[in-house]
Amino acid sequence: MTARNGKSTLRVDPIACHAHGLCAELLPEMITLDEWGYPLTQRIPIPDALSRDARRAAAACPTLALRLDRQQSAGAHPAQHGRNESSNRVSAG
Amino acid sequence: MNPSSTSSATSPHLRGREPFPPPPGSSRLLAGWHDTAAGADLAEHQRRYGRLPLPGHAGHPAKLIDEVATAGLLGRGGAGFPTAHKLAAVADARGRPIVVANGCEGEPASEKDAVLLDLAPHLVLDGAIAAAHALGASQVNICVHEGTAAALTMPVAIAGRRDPVPIRLVEVPAHYVASEASALVQYLNTGDARPTSTTVRAAQHGVRGRPTLIDNVETLAHLALIARYGADWFRQTGSEDLPGTLLTTIGGAVRHPGVFELPGGTTLDTALRHAGGPTTPVQAVLTGGYGGSWLSSANQAPATPLTHEGMRAAGATLGVAALLALPATACGLAQTAHLLHYLAGQSAKQCGPCMFGLPAIATDLADLVAGHPNAPSVLARLHHRLTVIPGRGACAHPDGAVQLAASALEVFQADLSEHLNGRPCLRASEPPLFPLPRRG
Repeated sequence: MTARNGKSTLRVDPIACHAHGLCAELLPEMITLDEWGYPLTQRIPIPDALSRDARRAAAACPTLALRLDRQQSAGAHPAQHGRNESSNRVSAG
Repeated sequence: MNPSSTSSATSPHLRGREPFPPPPGSSRLLAGWHDTAAGADLAEHQRRYGRLPLPGHAGHPAKLIDEVATAGLLGRGGAGFPTAHKLAAVADARGRPIVVANGCEGEPASEKDAVLLDLAPHLVLDGAIAAAHALGASQVNICVHEGTAAALTMPVAIAGRRDPVPIRLVEVPAHYVASEASALVQYLNTGDARPTSTTVRAAQHGVRGRPTLIDNVETLAHLALIARYGADWFRQTGSEDLPGTLLTTIGGAVRHPGVFELPGGTTLDTALRHAGGPTTPVQAVLTGGYGGSWLSSANQAPATPLTHEGMRAAGATLGVAALLALPATACGLAQTAHLLHYLAGQSAKQCGPCMFGLPAIATDLADLVAGHPNAPSVLARLHHRLTVIPGRGACAHPDGAVQLAASALEVFQADLSEHLNGRPCLRASEPPLFPLPRRG
């Protein structure tokens, strides 16, 4: 998904990511690596000045783990039945 | 508190043909056990609760959703999500739904699902059928861990029934994160019981791409009673923010460890008294299972209510209601290090921050417990790691481990400063007090 229309944010698919680290090379303004080489991304809308670099970083990821999510403006996507992402919790039971 | 409670507060829709009085008091799911001290077969189950009243036509969920919303039923699998919202999401999605009853109890601190499936299997099956019938679902999957008692007893319970929707028993490999909802969906689809990083919700696109209702088995058992006796009855016990009863596993330093059915909002102190009270002075209570939080007996624990909001206010989580009492004589840090080591071993090893981060924080804490020549820098590194790991896994497993570690550093602060001063306590090498099952 590209970021041509409106602001996007960075999202890492944690299972797909294998710590190649290219993203931090290509977008150091928004991505640093933790001590194990996995990306720590800033969770803010990608500034216009960086959107080109962000698209490049996403395209360069060998496992396609870096995604640009188009931001949902408030109220545009009600998602009324699942706000707290309960389905993603370890239900431990 | 009530999601979309629009109507039917006064007229439970199915009560008309129900001649059976509801079980009195706050023993509901386990009422039969208290009378007979045995699990309930179908005949005993129907003597106790009557037959499950089902509307004449399948696929009309509005009434059931209204009733469950008015009842304020919250999921009992840990997250406490409103069950009516889940039902509505599945009902609104395109396609013929599938119902999944999650009886995979990966949390070693909890036994309530196993106890419920043993003592009242037909209540769980009734709840799954009530939901499936209302949603017009094509199939009910009852998921239990392979090798457990339920894997042997549930086929017998299922075989003796006549239901409008086929019920299938699914045995899932027994490891900690296999009970996570996305892992269950993936297992039913591909045979791989590991969490996925999908952003698509099972309610829309779950098993075989169908809208999928995944509810904990206790949630469904409550739903079976709401279908019989209505929302007003359901709210007669429990608190405003956690109506009904709650199966609570209580262990550690208590006289009678086990599973207890308690009204929502019961305080921790009262809960421990139900389990016979402490056998020895208790310094802290572990709440919400191994990926949960310690609450200190000195200030917070006694008065904290068993509700999602009450526990949050105390800086903890209710999760699956599981309480473990830590004796005053034990070293909380050493015990936490054992638990962290266990949690690290239970990682599905798919996500880097979990695969590498959990062993790292487990080792940090173990080093602090044993006494480390450079303890202050180990502590600083641990604090840093605890801020870096959360929110970066496909499931919440790493977040739970971090929560456990962070709460231990806070609650056992006095012990920690002793350890930092090069005075590791005599209990530092004590073996684990809480069960660490070898499985998966």
